[in-house]
Amino acid sequence: MIAKILAGDSQLFHQLIRPYERRVYVMALSFLHNEADAEDTAQETFLKAFRNLSSFRGEAKFGTWLVSITLNEARSRIRRRNTIKEESLDEPPDDQGHTSPYLLRDWREIPSEALERKEVRLLLQQAITGLPLIYREVFQLRDIDQLSVNEAAAALGISIAAVKVRLHRARMMLQKKLAPELKQVAPKRRWWAWS
Amino acid sequence: MVIDCKHVWEHISGYLDATLPPDVLEQVQKHLEHCEICSAILDSTRNILILTADERVFELPLGFSERLHARLDEEIRDLAP
Repeated sequence: MIAKILAGDSQLFHQLIRPYERRVYVMALSFLHNEADAEDTAQETFLKAFRNLSSFRGEAKFGTWLVSITLNEARSRIRRRNTIKEESLDEPPDDQGHTSPYLLRDWREIPSEALERKEVRLLLQQAITGLPLIYREVFQLRDIDQLSVNEAAAALGISIAAVKVRLHRARMMLQKKLAPELKQVAPKRRWWAWS
Repeated sequence: MVIDCKHVWEHISGYLDATLPPDVLEQVQKHLEHCEICSAILDSTRNILILTADERVFELPLGFSERLHARLDEEIRDLAP
């Protein structure tokens, strides 16, 4: 399809990017914490991909290439932002010690239907977007976009070992934050009173 | 070899991704058989990963697609010879 687009059938680009719209938007949102900025960044990413399609060599998957463009766009937007609260793009060292999980004795499964509730979606969104950047981007690529470890490492320009370490910490941080919060919203057992 | 809870926590991610070496996997599984705390940590982490991967957590804003493709159309028109 890419060859056809480059040969002049530009309209096919619409079709090419449809499966990636959500991924690019969520990636931008997790960086920028703002829907309007995320949408703008997503548009810029796709426009840039269209303009530079001829430089896509097919060594990586198209989706991974798009992720790299999104990361660059989002990072440069953060740099351009001249706000008081600015997120540091400096990477903290990876050897920050262990992340201990939240200790509990039993876990009652939260079914996916719970996501129909806005408060549950909000808890998850806040926990993910609240992760430090280097953990958030790895978590986003691996556990939300379902990229392989190798693909995530290639997109982020880090080693496979670093992806694994950061992913583990990200998951433990989320467990630590979300397990107690989700326990509170878990559906209560129904007790039938025998009369 | 018997491993303690803290060691098991270090392997939770690898356990969920099924990437642990066989000897470590066996140690972790043995530990999980009798440790309700580590089992609950594993269950909660697995549950949280299923929930966070659900498309409903981050939804596209209304009209996102339409606006994106309209902008692309403008770009395509501008680049046309």
